[in-house]
Amino acid sequence: MTLLDVKNLWVKFPSRHGVFDAVRGVSFTLGRERLGIVGESGSGKSLTGRSILKLIRPPGIMTADQISLEGEDLMQKSEKEMQAVRGQRISMVMQDPKFSLNPVMTIGEQIMEAYRLHNSVGKKAAFIKAVEMLEAVSIRDAERVMRAYPHEMSGGMGQRIMIAMMLIPNPQILIADEPTSALDVSVQRQVLDIMDKLVTERGMGLIFISHDLNLVADFCDRVLIMYAGRIVEVCDADKLHEAKHPYTQGLLNSLPRLDAPCARLKVLQRDPAWSEAPSVSGRI
Amino acid sequence: MTMINVKNLNVWFGRGRDRVDAVKGATFAVERGDSFGLVGESGSGKSTILRAIMGLAPDWSGQITVDGNVISGRRKPAFYKQVQMVFQDPYASLHPRHSVDQVLGETLFLHGFEGIDTRVAKLLDDVGLGAKFRFRYPHQLSGGQRQRVAIARALAAEPQILLLDEPTSALDVSVQAEILNLLADLREERGLTYVMVSHDLSVVGHMCNNLAVMKDGEIVEIMGVDALRNMQAKHPYSQHLLEASV
Repeated sequence: MTLLDVKNLWVKFPSRHGVFDAVRGVSFTLGRERLGIVGESGSGKSLTGRSILKLIRPPGIMTADQISLEGEDLMQKSEKEMQAVRGQRISMVMQDPKFSLNPVMTIGEQIMEAYRLHNSVGKKAAFIKAVEMLEAVSIRDAERVMRAYPHEMSGGMGQRIMIAMMLIPNPQILIADEPTSALDVSVQRQVLDIMDKLVTERGMGLIFISHDLNLVADFCDRVLIMYAGRIVEVCDADKLHEAKHPYTQGLLNSLPRLDAPCARLKVLQRDPAWSEAPSVSGRI
Repeated sequence: MTMINVKNLNVWFGRGRDRVDAVKGATFAVERGDSFGLVGESGSGKSTILRAIMGLAPDWSGQITVDGNVISGRRKPAFYKQVQMVFQDPYASLHPRHSVDQVLGETLFLHGFEGIDTRVAKLLDDVGLGAKFRFRYPHQLSGGQRQRVAIARALAAEPQILLLDEPTSALDVSVQAEILNLLADLREERGLTYVMVSHDLSVVGHMCNNLAVMKDGEIVEIMGVDALRNMQAKHPYSQHLLEASV
């Protein structure tokens, strides 16, 4: 079943040198699945995620023929109506915990605030729930973390705290923007397992934005590969290593590998023709 | 010859019930011209070891020897001519209102060099940036270009040791390949000694000859890169890390 249907999405930024198209005619659908979006920084993958929540700030302009969430067109909704969608029905884990957490509130206060906004419960119940959520994202010594401020956390812990906050309202779609880039492999696995459990148990849709190709190949069901604001290739995640587009191949080749040591790594050679080709549709 | 020798290093933050022992009894040695990796999960204390060597961690005990000199108290200017650090996040480690020229020029001035103008040009050349980047500000540079500036700044003092704190974890894979190639070339040209912190085992496997695996502030295993490639980790935690990254 299709949860989300995006048709012909554009994001434009007017500048002194003309209009810059950051996302150019992207179309895709999301069912109850794990959809990966990969690409380098500047390829428009994060903006694609943000525009689903209509979080493009002026002077940025977003246009789309349609962004429908279970049949309701989000493009028709007012800002006020969007507030009921954001966080409740579509949740987003942002890229950088340093900028997403309030630096002058303790972690505990922030999580409890997020929980109490959506549920009418007392402080004590919120505290128990917050500790439970922190433990769910495998943070040791959760009660000490509750008293700590964001600057006392490492990047990995900050990101896990963000994920804990996003999971509390139980949304239908989770947009995760590089949620595990700051984490190391062993913790990455745990966080991915938590998200995996959500998608399967609660029937959520997950949009997983990442620059880590191996991770996406492992974790997602379907992958969109973006370059210069366009989708250059759509493929099944387990077939990513057979990808045909030279950009995808170049990205895969530039990774260092434990099983195949080499003196120098291959550097991606970019072809201007890649950014000219029209976007591939990711609709099913 | 041993370049860096760390014996029984302890580092802690805070006191009372909020005291955190970030590093507990770490002991390792790095040979001159070697590249040594520190891997482990976040919060395992790998960056803290680098910060303790640099003098950025206030509370520590144990013994750190750099090139035969035991380090204690406030670091002397001569120490920073020998040891330099490249930080994880090139977006945070460059002053937003200083141009590349100011960043490198000021560093050279503070290290007491003559002929700053030609040295700035040479540094930019060494890290593959070229003269056109000289008067740009950090916001006009991409992540990879910023990390190149940060590497140039570390090289300004002509150090023998570079401490690399996750130098590529904020970068794209294609840019990561460029920076890792640059670091490998620089080490070969100048005979530098690297201590590199990373959570990515394949990056450490590519760059380093020896590595230490850390967990909860302790070094659980020190092994050669061949053992890593052949999956011959002894400690269960290192085996777990290896399995997760292949």
